[in-house]
Amino acid sequence: MKVSYFPGCTLKTKAKDLDMYAHKCAEALGVSLEEIDNWQCCGGVFNTARNEVANKLSSVRALKFAKSKEQPLVSVCSACHNVLKQTNHAMQTDSAFASKVNLYMAEETNYDGSTEVYHYLEMLRDLVGFDAIKEKVVNPLKGKRIAAYYGCLLLRPNSVMQMDDPENPQIFEDLIRALGAEPVIYAMRNECCGGYVTMENPEFASKKSKAITDNASSFGADMIVTACPLCKYNLEKNGNSIPVVYFTELLAEALGVKEDAQNA
Amino acid sequence: MHKDNTKLTEEIIRASGVNPKKCMKCGKCSATCPAYDEMEYHPHQFVYMVESGDIEPLMNSKSLYMCLSCFACIDRCPRGVEPAKLVEAVRLSVIRQQGKNHMTADDVPAKLSEDLPQQAIVSAFRKYTK
Repeated sequence: MKVSYFPGCTLKTKAKDLDMYAHKCAEALGVSLEEIDNWQCCGGVFNTARNEVANKLSSVRALKFAKSKEQPLVSVCSACHNVLKQTNHAMQTDSAFASKVNLYMAEETNYDGSTEVYHYLEMLRDLVGFDAIKEKVVNPLKGKRIAAYYGCLLLRPNSVMQMDDPENPQIFEDLIRALGAEPVIYAMRNECCGGYVTMENPEFASKKSKAITDNASSFGADMIVTACPLCKYNLEKNGNSIPVVYFTELLAEALGVKEDAQNA
Repeated sequence: MHKDNTKLTEEIIRASGVNPKKCMKCGKCSATCPAYDEMEYHPHQFVYMVESGDIEPLMNSKSLYMCLSCFACIDRCPRGVEPAKLVEAVRLSVIRQQGKNHMTADDVPAKLSEDLPQQAIVSAFRKYTK
């Protein structure tokens, strides 16, 4: 299976591991991640104003590129996925916005929002299947108690993201189970880590992140997994000392391709 | 009384797509807001202040820069009012003015730490700068 892949700015810099393991795992699962040509930064957060057009064009270009290859568009970073999916939804549902975008793009064919947008986790669940992953696990993560951290951007706004129940999600936990580990359900798994406000107000981000890591630890977790580089940064820098790892690293370990990826 | 802000109010309502009249004033948006403690005006206040055209205090408030875009108030509002979209529209009405950027490129070096992901910088720029 071939899919279009949008890595995003951070996966090429501070979060190279997230990208590298994503590629290795996809390969092991028979998926080819085809990086789209000349992708540009998604901007990190979706601007909800309907009259903000220019800063959504990079996402539209990525969506349109995937469409031209008739492939779904997959990303690993929660923020990229959120921006791409919300932009795509706006192209589908807000005709005034869509026509402005298409005027800016000035291409021969208009883009209509018909690309399917998947987060890597959704790709694993819906295109590969957790049962198929379970069969490919060579190194089950037995005895590990893992707290999945969803944060905000994977789940919300639910009317657009449609990944899972936004208040009681299970996609991450189902993956953790498929890898042979035990998921830890805790109250704050879908609360905000402090996000980009960490730049201006690190004390605030510290408060938010500490509450999350303490909550995960109090439910007996050995580690936290996340899909988002900014969540990882905030939780590691400001939380208690619980390890925070990317879900793709865990997947690589279970699939037996982790060393392989590190030596690549 | 605040001055006549009819035009600005209309623009904010149009850009956000929010209908503040749907609000039933339950306060759930503010109760769920992770930045509540840092805000001078809270999400529910954005809703009723925009509805009544009381925009200027909001435009001058640091609350505009504390919204995390976490979409909690948007998802958890029982009436689908989506207060964060008003915060965004009011913030844009400020930073779209010349010289009103909340953050400039010159501010960035002092705010960097070694492991800070690029994602934080681009996100802050999208929210704080035009």
